[in-house]
Amino acid sequence: MNLTKNLKLAVVALAASCLTLAASAQDNTLLGAGSTFVDPLFSKMFSQYTASKVNYQSIGSGAGIAQLTAKTVDFGDSDVPLNDDQTAKMGAAVLHIPMTSGAVVVTYNIPGVSASLNLTGKDIADIYLGKVTKWNSPEITATNKGVSLPDLPIVVIHRSDGSGTSFIFTDFLTKVNPDWSSKIGKGAAVNWPAGLGGKGSAGVAGLVKQTPGAIGYVELAYAIQNKMPYASIQNKSGKFIVPTIQATTLASNVTIPADTKVSITNTDNAAGYPIASFTWALIYKEQNYGGRSKARATELLKLLWWNIHQGQADCEALNYAPLSKSAVKTAEAVLKSATFDGKAIL
Amino acid sequence: MSILLLVIIVGVLATLITESMPSIKSLGIGYLWGKVWDPIQNIYGAYPFLIGTLLTSFIALIISVPFSYAIAIYLGEYNPKGWLSDTLKNAVELIAAVPSIIYGFWGIFVLVPLVRTLEMKIGVLPLGVGVFSASLVLAVMIIPYGASLGITLIRMVPSPLKEGAYALGATRFEVIRNVIMPYTRTGLFAGVLLSLGRALGETMAVTMLIGNSSAIASTFKEVLFGPGNTMASVIANEFAEADHTLYLSALIELGLALFLVTVVINLIGKRIITRFTNN
Repeated sequence: MNLTKNLKLAVVALAASCLTLAASAQDNTLLGAGSTFVDPLFSKMFSQYTASKVNYQSIGSGAGIAQLTAKTVDFGDSDVPLNDDQTAKMGAAVLHIPMTSGAVVVTYNIPGVSASLNLTGKDIADIYLGKVTKWNSPEITATNKGVSLPDLPIVVIHRSDGSGTSFIFTDFLTKVNPDWSSKIGKGAAVNWPAGLGGKGSAGVAGLVKQTPGAIGYVELAYAIQNKMPYASIQNKSGKFIVPTIQATTLASNVTIPADTKVSITNTDNAAGYPIASFTWALIYKEQNYGGRSKARATELLKLLWWNIHQGQADCEALNYAPLSKSAVKTAEAVLKSATFDGKAIL
Repeated sequence: MSILLLVIIVGVLATLITESMPSIKSLGIGYLWGKVWDPIQNIYGAYPFLIGTLLTSFIALIISVPFSYAIAIYLGEYNPKGWLSDTLKNAVELIAAVPSIIYGFWGIFVLVPLVRTLEMKIGVLPLGVGVFSASLVLAVMIIPYGASLGITLIRMVPSPLKEGAYALGATRFEVIRNVIMPYTRTGLFAGVLLSLGRALGETMAVTMLIGNSSAIASTFKEVLFGPGNTMASVIANEFAEADHTLYLSALIELGLALFLVTVVINLIGKRIITRFTNN
């Protein structure tokens, strides 16, 4: 009896705390949810932005999109543009605003090799398809003259969880290897033909570090922070590009379509690093929904405007690539197209 | 209270069924033995994960049962009182209280390198992670479920029974074999069932150690030491980023399948318990 009483009390307390949480969401704190990749940058940006408070939950791109669909947040953030299915579920036009760009690097663990490797996209795809299985195969030695590669089996490591990182990586492989494109394709989770799956960047990094002969892929920032070796990747112009923040920004300095929903992997820019992508903030084009006030909509747009201008100064220190000039210009136009009751806000 | 529990179970089942309708309609019963899981082509087959779940759980069970029975007999009969007994009993119960992600970390940093050394000696691809590593960790995790129940039951065996046997000149081993074990058989089996239920649904530690690959192995060594995948870990891995309706629905159907597997195994267990009790 006493136990049930205690349980009841606990339930009431829990409900009460939920209510206060909901109430605090009603004041003028802006709510966002989505990509975990962009979370460290957003935390820094929002701590410096003084005009309004922002509460960003890093629950993953897909979950962020679901929250925006349910209209429980003011903005979502995704590393992958909305697909047709998601767009249909939204039920209203959604704007994509690039926030920053990030690179995915190919990391490896080859005992006795300290030199940075040169890899082509086609060979990476063949490795991940299970066609190239040894580190000293002619495909790999051809682009790494002067490096003595051991006769060691390649252990392929991929993400086991659905992730924007996998999407960017497979998007690149789809563009550079017809075999990959026809058999596997691109997605946050794909039917990996070979290798082991690690959960999250930490899982992939852990497996790569522990397994001699392993190859894996993680975000540039993660590889830098964890001092992991990474390969230079051949871009469309045939040059091997070391993944850096500058080379990632250059990858997005190309002509960007008006809706900014563009894949910048295998970039046309000759100095750009080829495995890169934007992460996009997502908002409804028509901001008058669900009883929102015009003041709140204006606050949201001002925040995003600040993000793509002053906020970009925070990028480099955290190993994110600032938006290129062409990207900022297109993003400005997108923000200006947002409306409240059909009238422009900014 | 108990009606509430029933409502919750029926509610869970109903939700799982309604949410997985799109996938059931489009994939049919072939979902259960389809071998390909390809979210891009929208082809979903649960077979590799079904096998992975059953394989890891039963291997874990086989490893853990001798340990949990041994612990139960030692702490229940040989050493039922005193500080050593209490400390050991608490330690066993503590094993159940450790969060599974801690087991995952322990597995990655301690167990995987050991398994890799073993794999190099017996000549399989030394990956370290795989079905075997996952089963080992699972075995450790489920020991307390069988053991604690066993300890309690063995201590509850009426003394007159045991004393009678001793009076007839039985040794301690004979008392355990001929009096205690028959008397507690059903309860010990129920403990095994509890641990199996825990093993079937365990997610985090398994995900971190199993290698998460849906490829189907052909040789015995590959099956045991190669990477695999379980239903629970696929759901945990892919649910958050499942970006189209059929994909999400197929994952929920995987949850439904896991639910049904657990129910079926529990029912079989119940049957066995009733049969033993009647004899």
